[in-house]
Amino acid sequence: MQTQELKNVASQVRRDILRQVHACQSGHPGGSLGCTDLLVGLYFNSMKLAQDANRKVIFNMSGANEDVFYLSNGHISPLLYSVLARRGYFPVKELATFRQLNSRLQGHPTPHEHLEGIRIASGSLGQGLSVAIGTAQAKKLSNDASIVYCLMGDGEQNEGQVWEAAMYAPHHQVDNLIAFIDENGQQIDGPTEKVMSNRDLEAKYKAFGWNVLRMDGNNMDEVVATLAHAKSLLGQGSPIMILMKTEMGAGVDFMMGSHKWHGVAPNDQQLADALAQLNETLGDY
Amino acid sequence: MKFTYETKKDTRSGFGAGMEYLSQNNPKVVALCADLIGSLKLEAFIKNSPERFFQTGIAEANMIGISAGLAIGGYIPFATTFANFGTGRVYDQIRQSVAYSGKNVKICCSHAGLTLGEDGATHQILEDLGLMKMLPGMVVINPCDYNQTKAATIAIAEYEGPVYLRFGRPVVPVFTPENQKFEIGKAIHLIEGTDVTILATGHLVWEAIQAAEILEEKGIKADVLNIHTIKPLDTTAILASVSKTGCVVTAEEHQINGGLGDSVAQFLAQNRPTVQEFVGVNDSFGESGKPADLMEKYGLNAAAIVEKSIKAIARK
Ligand SMILES: Cc1ncc(C[n+]2csc(CCOP(=O)(O)OP(=O)(O)O)c2C)c(N)n1
Repeated sequence: MQTQELKNVASQVRRDILRQVHACQSGHPGGSLGCTDLLVGLYFNSMKLAQDANRKVIFNMSGANEDVFYLSNGHISPLLYSVLARRGYFPVKELATFRQLNSRLQGHPTPHEHLEGIRIASGSLGQGLSVAIGTAQAKKLSNDASIVYCLMGDGEQNEGQVWEAAMYAPHHQVDNLIAFIDENGQQIDGPTEKVMSNRDLEAKYKAFGWNVLRMDGNNMDEVVATLAHAKSLLGQGSPIMILMKTEMGAGVDFMMGSHKWHGVAPNDQQLADALAQLNETLGDY
Repeated sequence: MKFTYETKKDTRSGFGAGMEYLSQNNPKVVALCADLIGSLKLEAFIKNSPERFFQTGIAEANMIGISAGLAIGGYIPFATTFANFGTGRVYDQIRQSVAYSGKNVKICCSHAGLTLGEDGATHQILEDLGLMKMLPGMVVINPCDYNQTKAATIAIAEYEGPVYLRFGRPVVPVFTPENQKFEIGKAIHLIEGTDVTILATGHLVWEAIQAAEILEEKGIKADVLNIHTIKPLDTTAILASVSKTGCVVTAEEHQINGGLGDSVAQFLAQNRPTVQEFVGVNDSFGESGKPADLMEKYGLNAAAIVEKSIKAIARK
């Protein structure tokens, strides 16, 4: 897909996020909106996904011979659900069931209800990078040349397990792995710098042996270019970390600039104001 | 039936032997260890299949996550460490990434219970069976000797789904058959009797056999079952036994709270209320000491099983 088409998808995905969160009056719009451009860039441009003869995506739990994405910061589930649905993994109208009783779209993603596109539960932070490493190693053992991706939050870097995984991946030369940190500078209790400073993530990951890239995660051209560049660096012994500057709440003016919209749902008026800023490019569900 | 043994071996070596077998016979099995290769007896597996072994360093949480990821990729990961670090320390990781996610991960832990001895309470987890059995879908196995641990290790590789396999450090009598077939969830009837049912697991199985011999001398016939699988519990075998005897003693190297006895009581309360006595640790931590001395101090041996059996019969 070309950049303009990707931007159109991203606009629709942002609408889906807001409408999901509004409908159940719960969930996490801030990080979801901030990471929208990355997930659209991945699923609609960069990732090699298993498809049937009609080029419709098909879901295999093993992810063999296709690229695999893990969302470690599971609270931005409305984003993942929208992208998976829009990409064709399950009916878009199922987004209306987000966080409702008997839904497959649980508050945090899980394979427990057999939702196509989800391979692992997340929600308890800090675990996804380890899982991604495991799948990357399984691919190496099976001579499967596809790629594993993993997104984490910057607040999530507070978790000790992240650094266990950070140490492990370069040591074991897991060089079929591209990880991202959503550097929106915010977490629940306030700015990351105030709650628990990450200091210099680039220096830290470099010191652990990662190949570190940077990008503006809300600039689709840059997202697409950086993903392509990152892929070209695979297979050289090091895992790749992309530090991605984003704006929490990106795309909706009154949701940007603070941690206020980390986990708050818009009311009716706020939803209308937000949707007025985003084109309905693919049709609302 | 009289039980005898020729050698004593540690159950963890049974695990190591099972892993050695799997290294040669199941190319999908991979092993992970958090800096305790020697304690887990993984040397043979690593020698045979170095490419299928992953050293995680002292990072158990990461090990559980990597195992889940390997399982997604179609492998059968055996995540190994001490029981305390493989269960309590990583409960949330197991809960989310393995149990809730339904991953085919085998969590295999040595040094469970008091019998790890001198290291003391920080390492002597007595809550692991309870922690693991509470997780929906988790199979929980605690074999009794070297041969059975080896057989269980091989059997769980064939089973699809999360498993907790618990074993230990001390050498104990090897009295079950070599090259036995291990059936998950199927209790083994060791001794026939009509006066009291003794349900034992892990290291307490041999003690239960000893207890039955002492009881026999007193004219009491004990029905002894080896409950190597705590979950799923072999309720059919348990019901058949207590229907005969009318009282039961459970014996385990674990807290009474949350262990095998708990599961048995819960089942019987709903299906056939039965007088029950519990041999287990009674709401306390362990301490440093020689394994046999600790088992005696905390009432986890044949003498304790005899005493509780007599008490149970009197309460009928
Ligand atoms: C282990 C764990 N502890 C606490 C939480 C509660 N929690 C959910 S999101 C969050 C903040 C995460 O910050 P960040 O990763 O920066 O995500 P963002 O706020 O940018 O969406 C916290 C503390 C959790 N989900 N998991």
